[in-house]
Amino acid sequence: MNAVARHIHPGWAIIAPLLVLVVALYLGPILNIMWLSVTDPEPGLGNYRKLFEGDTLLRIVWTTLRICVITTVFSVTLGYSIAYAMVHCHQRQKNYMLTLLLVSFWISILVRTFSWLMLLGRNGLVNNTLETLGLISAPIAFMRNELGVLIGMVHYMIPYAVLPLLVSMQSLDSRVMDASRNLGASGSQTFWRIYLPLTLPGIVASTLLVFILSLGFYVTPAVLGGGKVLMVAEYISVQLLVTLKWGTAAMLAALMLAGVLAMLWIMSRFMKLSAVFGGSTR
Amino acid sequence: MRPGLFSLFNRAGAWVLLLFLVTPALIAIPVSLTPKRFLSMPKDELSLRHFQHLFTSEEWLSSFFQSGVIALSTSVLATFLGTLCAIGLWRVSSKYSELVRAFLLLPLIIPQIISAMAFYRLWIPLGLLDSYPGLILAHTILAAPMVLITVSASLATFDPRLEQASKNLGASNWTTMRRVILPSIRPGVFAGALFAFILSWDEIVVTLFISKFSVYTLPRRMWNGIRENTDPTVAAAAVVLIAITIIAFVVSAILSRRNAGESRS
Repeated sequence: MNAVARHIHPGWAIIAPLLVLVVALYLGPILNIMWLSVTDPEPGLGNYRKLFEGDTLLRIVWTTLRICVITTVFSVTLGYSIAYAMVHCHQRQKNYMLTLLLVSFWISILVRTFSWLMLLGRNGLVNNTLETLGLISAPIAFMRNELGVLIGMVHYMIPYAVLPLLVSMQSLDSRVMDASRNLGASGSQTFWRIYLPLTLPGIVASTLLVFILSLGFYVTPAVLGGGKVLMVAEYISVQLLVTLKWGTAAMLAALMLAGVLAMLWIMSRFMKLSAVFGGSTR
Repeated sequence: MRPGLFSLFNRAGAWVLLLFLVTPALIAIPVSLTPKRFLSMPKDELSLRHFQHLFTSEEWLSSFFQSGVIALSTSVLATFLGTLCAIGLWRVSSKYSELVRAFLLLPLIIPQIISAMAFYRLWIPLGLLDSYPGLILAHTILAAPMVLITVSASLATFDPRLEQASKNLGASNWTTMRRVILPSIRPGVFAGALFAFILSWDEIVVTLFISKFSVYTLPRRMWNGIRENTDPTVAAAAVVLIAITIIAFVVSAILSRRNAGESRS
């Protein structure tokens, strides 16, 4: 016993409280849910087979994936533009930009969703303004459809897309670009052939981060989709809180978790995860 | 390098995008000032009646209070556990400790709906549903990784020789921790505590699953208001939340400036 104790670093004693808490109260029930996906209501792969039996579940998964892909493409593209502008302007202007970005990052998701509800409704500010200006004759349906969900989600995800891109762009050596220009490449050639490939790790990290966060997104789709756009997260909550079917919900959660972990693994190959999350290792 | 036409164009676009990120939230301000009983833009006159209702309604006040208690407890607990753990990981610093660090960050990245399922699943048999300890524990597990990140960032700039020096001069582990390590990572600890507070204060998905009647946090009440979509008191609450966000932002900006100042000196 003493021999074993001597090999264990004393630091573990103060790691233990949090570790034990997370393992017991978080990892435990998650494993339990994975187990449920193959045992509830009866042992076997019945829950997973359901995915291919009716078209309801498949449609929900498909809707979720489609919305996540579109959200990710828009967020990362727009985020790239913001990050690029931030890295290439004066410190002062950059600080202002960073402030706006972080303030939006910090505003409550509920406040933002509420705002979109006020802006995008049939009698919302956007429709009213357009009608008063005579640009449209009937209100545009922004809500209770995928358009509304996409607007809300892209708006929420842009800051998450920008941060990894900023990290990646800031660590570039600008002399490489100067060298490219000195060797006669045009500005756009330098961007497409040098700058963009060099920021690829940042793009991959940002893409995967936004995609992962979008996958399990609940609030915005539930409110702006208005029941018309059913995504996996909302379906899970209905299964648990209304129809009390753990099996199907557990199966969807298991698929989602597998997807998330796979993407994290890919991400870790491109970038130090700790850099993305702002942490550091000694 | 002189910015080209494309670069200037892009910069203008970036400003438009950044304003697009922040301005929509501001619509809560006019809506909260409407004199009508339903959600609408004020036309001729403004009224503070919805703010009055917000600050006199027993329901809203109790939600503010409950959210405050839960967020404060979460912040204290998560900061305590997260700081200890970050120091431990920093001192061990081996292959295994890095694995443990990655594992402990998972609650931040695993979709909240899955976390909500997990807590809901376990809280039923433990009898923690719809109770303060249930919400505080769940929020602590979600918030501790934030503290781990901010404290680890502070520790990365801490010179380990200071710890050695303290011990060589005869200080015990506990004294070293309290008098040498903690003072130098204070900015990280405060930042972590603030993030933990905000995460709990603003948490809705897990809360929706594990609270019902007796614990009704502010986000929960706002969620209800948003779903019903009639009462302008929600707009007043949104304005208060925006104001709190801005105050918190200013506080954290001051903290991080002090942090930068300390690591420079």
